Amino acid sequence: MPGAAAALRHELIGLAGVFERNVYLVKRYIWWDVAFFVWTVANTLTIVFIAKGIEAGGGTIDVPRVTTILLVGAVVWAYLGIIFEILTETVAWERWEGTIEYTFMAPLSRPIHLFGMGAFAIVYGVVRAVLLFGVVAVFFSLQLSHANFPAALLVLIVASIPFIGIGMMTAVLPLISPEKGTQLGFIAQGILLVVSGVYYPVSVLPEWMQWISVISPATYALDGMRDAIINGAGITAMWEHIWPLIIIGIVSIPLGLEVFRRGERYAKKHGKLKRSG
Amino acid sequence: MPAVEVQNLRKEFVRSNGRRSGLLRRNRKRVEALKGVSFEIARGECVAILGQNGSGKSTLVRLLATLLLHDGGSATIFGHDVFRETRAVRRLVNRVSVEASFFKKMSSTENLSYAARFYGMTPGETRDEIPRILEKVGFPADRRGEAMEGLSRGMQQKVALARALLTQPVLLLLDEPTTGLDPRSKLEVQDFIREVRQIHDATILLCTHDLDEAEALAERIGILDDGDLICLDTVDGIKRKYHSGTLEEAFFAATGHGLEDVKEDE
Repeated sequence: MPGAAAALRHELIGLAGVFERNVYLVKRYIWWDVAFFVWTVANTLTIVFIAKGIEAGGGTIDVPRVTTILLVGAVVWAYLGIIFEILTETVAWERWEGTIEYTFMAPLSRPIHLFGMGAFAIVYGVVRAVLLFGVVAVFFSLQLSHANFPAALLVLIVASIPFIGIGMMTAVLPLISPEKGTQLGFIAQGILLVVSGVYYPVSVLPEWMQWISVISPATYALDGMRDAIINGAGITAMWEHIWPLIIIGIVSIPLGLEVFRRGERYAKKHGKLKRSG
Repeated sequence: MPAVEVQNLRKEFVRSNGRRSGLLRRNRKRVEALKGVSFEIARGECVAILGQNGSGKSTLVRLLATLLLHDGGSATIFGHDVFRETRAVRRLVNRVSVEASFFKKMSSTENLSYAARFYGMTPGETRDEIPRILEKVGFPADRRGEAMEGLSRGMQQKVALARALLTQPVLLLLDEPTTGLDPRSKLEVQDFIREVRQIHDATILLCTHDLDEAEALAERIGILDDGDLICLDTVDGIKRKYHSGTLEEAFFAATGHGLEDVKEDE
């Protein structure tokens, strides 16, 4: 087999191995996953019931519409959380188990390793997001007759590319600070939560925050999904939301890989791959 | 071409002493873990590096395993520069360390599958190879599906050996592979290391603080003390050099302390 083809085959087998390992872990921790899902459902319900709460308090709003807006926000937020969590596990979990040195000394390129984690994160995250949407929707009388779910799903999957790029940047944090790195990753999530219009329109933000929202992929993911689910916009109409996601992805993936590469070099320079150090 | 060629290899770490100068600044000091180590290992040879905890053994193994960046000198494995040609080196090397280090909820088979994929082994290849190699290391077939956390240390270390051998490394880095094992498991692992050398023609770098193990397995023994490789010779050569009747006496004569004296952690 020519060298390039053999190398590609090797990388693809490695990528599949990362995916396979995550499947094993989901199987082994399935009841923890169920518990975490119940927690996510409870969290989402808490947010989505706000629409009914406003009406009960005398406010006049279109409850089904606001409920759907909040539900989409909560689902995208939960999805983003899963992507970040799984990518952060690239380092954090392996470090905790003590396997990280064996993984990092294996002849697999780091981008392929990270893409393997990203691919699993997308599949797992989409399954969880669909289930979350379905379960929470049962609690409310939502107007979903016009909803275009394939278009919404398309936006979510395209948005995963920049999400993974940002996730790669946060994934390296446990290498730099084994004790606090994982928690530092929540800062990136928190900033995206504030500026991206997860539960309110971006227009209510101060102008400088609105500028940040322009570079947040979550902004376009939320707009696109709401457009598809509430207004029934089709796949072709999604282009206006998709092209900014592609551009942010083109920037964030190489940037994420470079940040991870530098973090790995730092860890190797200072001996931070080691479990106890 | 030697299997391993190390020239003047240096590594230092920056450590905080826990005190602060000012509000935010921590007092830090540089600690030399390896102070210009040089040696060669021939293909198929087994070399043991003896040293107490904190002498630099694990740092040496981690440098050769591409897990650390050096601060000076050079290291090549079968002609490949360890720090520039990491991919080529990684294909040739595997490692067994004192901690077995597995995903504890996953089974031995699942852990080995994961490790094997990174070395390009397909599910078709590992389906037969993993049971074969687990059987070879004496791992019971009826426990292959059991989570690693339920296995004894000895069992886990056998799986760690299986993981290293599954990828058919030409250089095996063993960092205290039998530390903490009961005597029987220790002997089983040592027998297996001998077998690996005979059958796979693997080159072995064994880092240990077990004198008997070093003497039993290695052709040459190096004494690493406080980051310095004081000597590297046959057991008889070392005894002669330090006018000692035993390796333990020679170690004491060379370093001024015993192997079990505990130093700062590496």
